Amino acid sequence: MALKPLLGDDNFVTTRLDQVIGWARKFSIFPYPFVTACCGMEYMSLSSSHYDLDRFGAAFPRFTPRQADMLFVVGTISHKIAPLLKRVYEQMCEPKWVVAFGVCTCTGGFYDNYATVQGIDTIVPVDVYIPGCPPRPETVIQGVMMLQEKIANGKQDW
Amino acid sequence: MTPDNDNKTLIALAEKFGESVIESKIDRGDAVAVIAPGAVHDIIAWLRDQHDFKMLADLCGVDYLPREPRFEVVYQLHAMGRGERIRLRVQLGGKAPEVATISDLYPVADWLERETWDMFGIVFDGHPNLKRILMYEPFEGHPLRRDYPIERRQPLIGPRN
Ligand code: SF4
Repeated sequence: MALKPLLGDDNFVTTRLDQVIGWARKFSIFPYPFVTACCGMEYMSLSSSHYDLDRFGAAFPRFTPRQADMLFVVGTISHKIAPLLKRVYEQMCEPKWVVAFGVCTCTGGFYDNYATVQGIDTIVPVDVYIPGCPPRPETVIQGVMMLQEKIANGKQDW
Repeated sequence: MTPDNDNKTLIALAEKFGESVIESKIDRGDAVAVIAPGAVHDIIAWLRDQHDFKMLADLCGVDYLPREPRFEVVYQLHAMGRGERIRLRVQLGGKAPEVATISDLYPVADWLERETWDMFGIVFDGHPNLKRILMYEPFEGHPLRRDYPIERRQPLIGPRN
């Protein structure tokens, strides 16, 4: 656990500010789902009760990027929609993270053609890549946990 | 050309339009006629009005490179009342593929013809708004043509090649 508390004699806790902010942030992720294709089905199953993304504090999707801090890019990104994805990313406030959900977003997947962006990291910076076509919800949960680690252990701006 | 089968629509079509019907046959259970580019509008209007083919099920392009005439436009018509289908094929040369629009006969042909223009560069003469429908305006060329380079990418943002 990133918060390494030291319980004193009078029941006080000492920690570093970076750590306590990181600990709070990692359980308070507000995802913005940018859903364009079939991976959206898996996103639905992930965020509903069975797989329960709320356990990681990341269940409540915001439908405006201005209120979100995690951009979930779910599905094939065509060249036509790429400028919109970039604009959504730019509208999000810092700190923000990007998760590439599914091989289409990671590399273009099997759409090696004129229409598809060959990896969204050619457009926006990506923090976690989740492969799979579509990825199983467990894979996504692992990705979200890796993102939590990254958030908790990173340098925090406040 | 008189068809060697007993499909009533194909026989009537050959009788009415004679030379404009280049070939007609039954292909895997479907009535198919290859028609001359100049007669497309007349034939389809006649099928729609006289033979109840009220529905245009699909309209698409095909590129048969290196064959010449290189392109084909394929019309799938459906007579709703009796469940009959007919497929019309028009062969167009590669230099300036052009055929009359049927968007005045079937409003649905508007977008289908735009798609065929976008993907294959086939011009539909008389179309009210022939512009790209799937690709973006700055896109160069027609991606489903067989001579479109398979590696060629034209992103709006991001790396180009
Ligand atoms: S990775 Fe597979 S499931 Fe996901 S959007 Fe692409 S094709 Fe669909």
